[in-house]
Amino acid sequence: MNVPASWYLVLAAVLFGIGAFGLLTRRSALIMFMCIELMLNAVNLTFVTFARTLSDIGGQATVFFVMVVAAAEVTVGLGIVVAVFRRRASTSVDELSELRG
Amino acid sequence: MAHVSTLIVVLPLLGYLLVLVNGSRLSERQIGLVATGVVGLSFVASVVAFILLLHRSNRQVTVHLFNWIDVGTLHVPAALFIDPLSITMCLFVTGISTLIHLYSISYMHGEKDFKKFFLYLNLFVFSMLTLVLANNLVLTFVGWEGVGVCSYWLVSYYFDRDSASSAGKKAFIYNRVGDVGLLLAMFLLFSRTGTLTYVGVFAKAGSLSPTVATLVVLALLLAATGKSAQIPLFNWLPDAMEGPTPVSALIHAATMVTAGVYLLVRMSPVLALSSSGRMTIAIIGGATAFVAATIATSQKDIKKVLAFSTVSQIGYMVLAVGVGAYAAAIFLMVSHAFFKALLFLGSGSVIHALNGEQDLRKMGALQRFLPLTFPTFLIGWLTISGIPPFAGFWSKGDVLTNVFEHNKILWVVGVATAILTAYYMSRLFVLTFRGTERFRQVTHGHDPHESPWMMTLPLVLLAVLSVLGGLLDLPWIHHNSLAGFLRSTFGYVAPLHAQSTVSQYGLAAVDIAAALIGLAAAFSIWRSRSEDERLTPAFLEHVWYWDDFYDATIGRPLEELAVFSDVVVEDEVIDGGVMGIAVGISRSAEGVRKIQSGFVRHYALAMMLGTAVLIVFLVARVS
Repeated sequence: MNVPASWYLVLAAVLFGIGAFGLLTRRSALIMFMCIELMLNAVNLTFVTFARTLSDIGGQATVFFVMVVAAAEVTVGLGIVVAVFRRRASTSVDELSELRG
Repeated sequence: MAHVSTLIVVLPLLGYLLVLVNGSRLSERQIGLVATGVVGLSFVASVVAFILLLHRSNRQVTVHLFNWIDVGTLHVPAALFIDPLSITMCLFVTGISTLIHLYSISYMHGEKDFKKFFLYLNLFVFSMLTLVLANNLVLTFVGWEGVGVCSYWLVSYYFDRDSASSAGKKAFIYNRVGDVGLLLAMFLLFSRTGTLTYVGVFAKAGSLSPTVATLVVLALLLAATGKSAQIPLFNWLPDAMEGPTPVSALIHAATMVTAGVYLLVRMSPVLALSSSGRMTIAIIGGATAFVAATIATSQKDIKKVLAFSTVSQIGYMVLAVGVGAYAAAIFLMVSHAFFKALLFLGSGSVIHALNGEQDLRKMGALQRFLPLTFPTFLIGWLTISGIPPFAGFWSKGDVLTNVFEHNKILWVVGVATAILTAYYMSRLFVLTFRGTERFRQVTHGHDPHESPWMMTLPLVLLAVLSVLGGLLDLPWIHHNSLAGFLRSTFGYVAPLHAQSTVSQYGLAAVDIAAALIGLAAAFSIWRSRSEDERLTPAFLEHVWYWDDFYDATIGRPLEELAVFSDVVVEDEVIDGGVMGIAVGISRSAEGVRKIQSGFVRHYALAMMLGTAVLIVFLVARVS
């Protein structure tokens, strides 16, 4: 069965939208991380899709880079979240407003 | 010759340095003797230089010391110029300085800043000699400023007294106005002749256009009015009496204040080119002589009377310069130095005897108590009043005779001034030495005491000089006297009409009559009273309200400008501008900081919207 490329792209757009919506509406740092991962992976999906339709390996190679960066980012981010949680027993990002102008 | 004339200048400087370096180790008396000694030696050097000069056929010697300024076409050497005029100045400057230094040792005894006083005094003599002996205008200017600053320091010697420090500032500022004149004259001369040495300027004086020559003369006159206290810059001199009395005698009567006259006489070859300039000089001199004499009649402070008298006498000198009678000006300058120094030192002795009291109304009948001050002061009084055979009669007569030939109106002013001179000096004399005793309150009932010998010796010597000073230049030996000696240095001498003996004797008789009228009037009025409102009107006592006039026309507007600058320019324009920018930035920042909400989702939303806008923009561009 041959799935058309547009399906993948629609799926990626839906995933990206869900991620973006979640990022904007949720306050828990952990959930926001998950949303960011969702958005990153949505983008990854578009890369892979285009790599296939255009027969260009560059797209797939980029996906690896994105995954590596995402993994590194999660490590740092989770470290920060754990540190914050230790100090105030909450991961609500709205409470972290010390840098407000 | 070269060594001796260098010594004249260097010795006072040496004394200054000696006292400056060793001052703390020397006792008061030693300091005084060192300071007096060097000036005395300088006088000896002047005498030697004078004798050497007499034996030369060419009486103009330039002693080159070193190259001072050598830039482009401007060559200013530090060189001394010895000619009859400068050596005459040297002789009386150093001579009188020596006597006044000696006097000061005793007069300033026990003062807190005894050392400082002699430092300034020596520095003053050095500057004065630099001024006189310089061979170019720039070096003269150095001396000119040097005496100015020493005058400032010495006027505000009692700087903890408010009046003294402000009098010093007044003297300094008035002089500064005059200095501009000297600078302008130098600029003009340099731009037209390309040199600033006297000899060089005189050699090229012929090439100056009449307009330039007049401008130079007027600029020099401005310089002279500042330094020599002439209208319109004369008011600083009376205030300068805040200084110690020896300073008044030396700087503000005998030497420094005559520097302006010296400058004019020195520049006589340039003066010769401008008859309108000379006329202005004569009018300024005559007006000053008369105005100052009227003011002197109403002063209550003994030193103020003498100060206005000095202004008046220098007015005579300037008047003489204006009519081209340079020799008469110098003659009066020298004899005035004798008798005015005598009068000032005598008044110092009186003030000393009365514990510092200077008010004429609190003196009287001192004749009995001051056996040496009284006769010497008497001689000084007769000399300045113009009674023969004392020096003042001859020198003033010389001036007035020359003025008579030149301008009858100015001569009348001069004679009127002579009457006033005799009048105010007699008033001073009567109020001080005759009449009733009014000083008991000041001396706490004690008898006043005569001053020590260090103070009376200079008085006696100056009295002798005042008596004999006329011998310098008697009218019937003009060719073989001071006038003959000086003649070669003048660029132009007003042609002396062969005056008939009758008219000469007639003029002399007028002078004597003028003196006697003044004397008689003063004696009949002041013998029996010590003050009289009608004879000392406020208008005269307050110096024709001259200070108030300057205050209203210059001082007040400047003050208002300053207030305006402070309140409007500073506070509103400058401060307002700076504050406006700061407030503007701060306000706009208030608006901008609202964006920084601190909520991550706001930032995320902004990022997304921004990305969306970018994409829309890119897509729109592509399609």
